[in-house]
Amino acid sequence: MAETKMINLTIEGRAVSVPDGTTILEAAKTAGILIPHYCYHPGLPIAGVCRMCLVEVEKAPKLAPSCATTVAEGQVVHVHSEKSLDARKGVLEMLLINHPLDCPICDQSGECELQDYTYQEGREDSRYREPKRFNPAEDFGGDVIYVPNRCILCTRCVRFMDDVAHDPALSVAERGDRALIGKFEGKDLTHPWAANVVDLCPVGALLSKDFLNKARAWELDRTASICPNCTQGCNVMMETRENQLVRMRPRQNEYVNAFFMCDWGRLNYRWMNEKNRAEQPMIRRGNALAATTWEAAIAAASRALKGKKVFVAASPMLSNEALYLLTQLMQGGSGAFRVTEGPEAPLPGVEDLALRRERAANVNGAEALGFKKTTDLLAGLSQGDVLIVAGEDLAGIDAAAVARAGEVIVISSVLPEAANNASVVLPIANFSEEEGTVTNLRGRVQRFTQARQAPGETRPSWLVLGDLLGAMGKQSNFFLPSEVFAQLASSNSAFAGLSYDTIGFKGLPLANAPASRPKAPVAVGAA
Amino acid sequence: MGYPNHPHQRETPVLSKYFGDAEARTLDGWKKRGGYKALEKALGMSPADIVNVVKESGLRGRGGAGFPTGMKWSFMKPGDGKPHYLCCNADESEPGTFKDRELMRWTPHALVEGCAIGAYAIGAETAYVYIRGEFTEPLYWMEQAVKEAYAAGILGKNAMGSGKRIDVHVHKGAGAYICGEETALMNSLEGRRGNPRIKPPFPAVSGVFGSPTTINNVETLIAAAPILMNGADWYKKMCLSNPKSTGTKLFSVCGNVQRPGTYEVVLGFPFKEFLYDLCGGPNHGRKFKAVIPGGASVPIQTMEEAEATLMDYEGFVAQGSMLGSGGVIVIDDAQSMVSVIARIARFFAHESCAQCTQCREGTAWTTKIMERIRDGQGTMEDMDTLLDIADQMTGKTICVLSDSCAVPVVSGIKKFRGEFEALIQGRRFHPVIAAVA
Repeated sequence: MAETKMINLTIEGRAVSVPDGTTILEAAKTAGILIPHYCYHPGLPIAGVCRMCLVEVEKAPKLAPSCATTVAEGQVVHVHSEKSLDARKGVLEMLLINHPLDCPICDQSGECELQDYTYQEGREDSRYREPKRFNPAEDFGGDVIYVPNRCILCTRCVRFMDDVAHDPALSVAERGDRALIGKFEGKDLTHPWAANVVDLCPVGALLSKDFLNKARAWELDRTASICPNCTQGCNVMMETRENQLVRMRPRQNEYVNAFFMCDWGRLNYRWMNEKNRAEQPMIRRGNALAATTWEAAIAAASRALKGKKVFVAASPMLSNEALYLLTQLMQGGSGAFRVTEGPEAPLPGVEDLALRRERAANVNGAEALGFKKTTDLLAGLSQGDVLIVAGEDLAGIDAAAVARAGEVIVISSVLPEAANNASVVLPIANFSEEEGTVTNLRGRVQRFTQARQAPGETRPSWLVLGDLLGAMGKQSNFFLPSEVFAQLASSNSAFAGLSYDTIGFKGLPLANAPASRPKAPVAVGAA
Repeated sequence: MGYPNHPHQRETPVLSKYFGDAEARTLDGWKKRGGYKALEKALGMSPADIVNVVKESGLRGRGGAGFPTGMKWSFMKPGDGKPHYLCCNADESEPGTFKDRELMRWTPHALVEGCAIGAYAIGAETAYVYIRGEFTEPLYWMEQAVKEAYAAGILGKNAMGSGKRIDVHVHKGAGAYICGEETALMNSLEGRRGNPRIKPPFPAVSGVFGSPTTINNVETLIAAAPILMNGADWYKKMCLSNPKSTGTKLFSVCGNVQRPGTYEVVLGFPFKEFLYDLCGGPNHGRKFKAVIPGGASVPIQTMEEAEATLMDYEGFVAQGSMLGSGGVIVIDDAQSMVSVIARIARFFAHESCAQCTQCREGTAWTTKIMERIRDGQGTMEDMDTLLDIADQMTGKTICVLSDSCAVPVVSGIKKFRGEFEALIQGRRFHPVIAAVA
């Protein structure tokens, strides 16, 4: 690749050096200066219509829209000069003349860019004395509701549907201050990625039906995580309120999902709030399972495993750490997993991004650690082996097949019905309640962190499995999942060189993974 | 006296010579009047020579901006491997302007010829004529003319036997003011919503279908033919004041004036004589109060300014306005300036494409305040607010529609503040109406 020419300029008195062709807005970001903007979004073509990002460029006759103006050598840019502040103040006043001040009942309140910038640099009052425009709210189909009164016509949603989803469904209807976003005749926002328009909307004009009136933005706790619902491994924020997961939203990662996530993944979070949990360690007493202490349960499991061949029926939702520790328990046995499938749904505007066929987070991790992908889950279970059911719900599995096992140990969040005759139950946290890593379909290892508190006496999977290994006399002194990962990295060549510190929150590929490129931003100017 | 009447003796009819002459509309009639000789001559010249002649003649864009036409054509670099396009802007939507309408109604072949010359000069094989949706009659005549020209082999893959391909397509708009803005016109032509595009890239780099494009006004293209036939010097000599403004220009006059119509005069003509002599002065018993000389989007002139004006690009600027499209709107003392400005603002609010915030909201807000003042509900603060909004609307948007809305408001408040104050203070506007003789 040819060396990119670097351009040197000054933004707010700070020297900035960026590649040729960068916009002033992006260049300012590298200097830690956020130029207020609405219509600009790094994942969409440039529109330059909100006129919010006007900045003063020395020697230029007019204020320049920084989102649509590329840097030039020696440029001197003033973001907070009187002229540019005055222009932005004007834009904010204009945007508010038809925008209802209904923040107290608006879902976007607290994460609204109009609110933020108005507080930051807007006028204290409005000089507008006339009645405001009114249009009724409209159901846009899919998960989206449109509230035209709040719309500031930034057209991010229109550009997303046109240029990223390649499913033109929206357009600007009407002209002048009567303009609003319209849906084409017969079209709905039913594209599998359409709900991204809700995240893209800088104000409360496009709302999620699923999240409608559920929580105020400032009540939410946000946790960096990975969407567990398919092998793409989109980076997400898990947002919880009073320990309940109420929303998942995409988190930017240019190597995986750019700025987006699919509707299926986004809305499929309720299972992580499930209430039918195994909350206490249990051991078999006679014909029934009885609650016990962790020490007793671990000891019982360790006795059951001693000297036996083990077959592990694992869930591909488990972390690399849990799966790795399970392999240490096999004692000459083997492990298998199965995965639910659904139709693949790509996002055409972003390279290599789709809702994947395999609907679990860690299919690749399980395979890399030697678990066999199968449709007949218990095929590898020989008569008399110990069966460890790890996170598997055993749905549709014949009790007779389970009965082949000499003993059944359940290490799961939910007690599967088919494993009612288990001798030990070790309850573990589910995906949203623990920390770990998963490996996506391109071999990228990504960290997820704990978003919710685990119920009852449940413990993280890596901790339970580590204690079990310790009870069996194998080395285990794990205080953190990062220590489990460190051992995995030192013992498995595919994971060599990786650690929690190096992975960070954008992930790193396995040693043998195909090289992944950053997602190319949508071509500039593709109107 | 200007079309629809016979020409006034002080007019110089070059382009408007055949207005009212039904025979000139047909191919035979047009040829009898010397039509298509210029195209024939052009096809025998090199494109660069044509551009040079036009450059030399000093012809400037007649649509409003007054950009030198020859220079615009020279931006189209030959041999860049992309198809070139010529667009003829026949969307004449500036209020008060109706010169292109008459040109297309009476001399459609002149425009076909002009398009063909222009296309050849910029290395384009295709020219689009984008006609305003409301222009049903000009559209009919243009379509007839193009059909005749194709049948006679003037257009097509072997234009006039030259071996050059020249196609002219007539495209009807849907009637939006903003589609007269060149980049919005291109979007509309491509089948998109007629929203202006961000410049750069300029049309000469990336215009219609992403290819280099030149956009010219109807009058500009038609003027190319007589320039080629009579030479640059002939055209250059038609100049009464500033040598940078050469040739003749059509002015369409409307409003409170004795003889409204389309007049063709040499640039630099005294505006006072134009209004009082050619156009016959004010209606009986009235006095002129103000003039909007170049379509609704240029600053309003007081009569003092208007009477001191020489009618060329520089002359109007020197007297606080602009030549614009040559749509002269005359306002007499029976009109309320506040009403006039409110109506103009309403027009721009209706036509704003809704892209840029300042324009979408500002034009509508301006209209609401103007109409409130007109209806006697204004306050003194409203005038400051209007000026502040106008400032926010100037020089901050993609195109100049919002500037155009601000211009009459600012010039109106500056020059006719008394009328605003009278309405605000509850003194109703009383027009002076003379007894009919």
